[in-house]
Amino acid sequence: MIFALDIVILIFLIVAALIALNVKDLLSASMIFGIYGFLICLLWAEMGAVDVAFTEAAVGAGISAVLFIATVYNTRRRSSD
Amino acid sequence: MITKVLATLAVVITGAILLYGTADFPAFGDPNSPASAGVEGGAPSISQYYITKSYDDTKVPNLVTSVLADYRGYDTMFETVVVFAAGMAIFAILRVFREDDDGVPNATHSNGNSFTDGDHSRIIVGTTVRIVVPVIQLFSLYVVAHGHHSPGGGFQGGVILGASFIILALATDLETALSRFSEKSYFALAAIGILIYAGFGVLCQVLGSDFLDYGVLQKIFLTDGPEMARSHSMLGVEVGVAFTVTGIMFAIYANLSSRGTLKSGL
Repeated sequence: MIFALDIVILIFLIVAALIALNVKDLLSASMIFGIYGFLICLLWAEMGAVDVAFTEAAVGAGISAVLFIATVYNTRRRSSD
Repeated sequence: MITKVLATLAVVITGAILLYGTADFPAFGDPNSPASAGVEGGAPSISQYYITKSYDDTKVPNLVTSVLADYRGYDTMFETVVVFAAGMAIFAILRVFREDDDGVPNATHSNGNSFTDGDHSRIIVGTTVRIVVPVIQLFSLYVVAHGHHSPGGGFQGGVILGASFIILALATDLETALSRFSEKSYFALAAIGILIYAGFGVLCQVLGSDFLDYGVLQKIFLTDGPEMARSHSMLGVEVGVAFTVTGIMFAIYANLSSRGTLKSGL
């Protein structure tokens, strides 16, 4: 566990979270959410929880970003009813 | 405006209380903390047992896998069932069968080479994916098979294997991916995965022990002692988890990206 690396990753994590919350475009938000997942994966790997980091890299940064993007592509701004 | 101020106030107060609570935490990785060493005068800690005894019990070097797949195998089985239920829910909510749909998802499959059809960007992406997908699939099989010796296991390997089909669907189209991994086969794969996991448990019961008590399987695996039988059973169980996760991951993507028609993806 390296303290300086921790601080850097946590700062990036907060920045990514704030951008993902505030950005207007849903597609960019889901991409940045993927970055957020990858940063959490880095944090866990750095803390020694390699198994959890592996799962987060596969699920959080990989699949869930794709699923978000697939959902965003199939939604419209206005309801069709 | 007043609601925003009140909401901010509530968040700040909750955050401050949580931060105050962390002041009592033991230091990170402290071996003398109650979670690691147990309470003084009480029972010895379970984590000490896992750290010192799990290799002797199971001959599995990866402590996390031995806890997840053996000591806490019942939990992991129902986690797999939760993944399966998520896939079923996606199917029940999203999947539509239109009147012009004859039930065969890839009936209108073009007979051209869908990897390199169309514009030039598709040629680059299609060729890259064609080279990369086998490597991803091999790696995912390694992650599953090696999960009890190094980080990894059924969930991770299954997600990576499912992702390889998703990449195929992204780079070409959904029909191409579905012609390799059809709706029937991914749901069958998911159900077979849970059957494998529960089958290991029932097999233990048939041989006269408790559900998921892998030690008795040494009569089947013909190993020297119950330790290696537990190690082999963990591999089998991980394969079951990987089956389910692979099928359901692709099922979720296929239904989400095509609005449940399985006709044309992204």
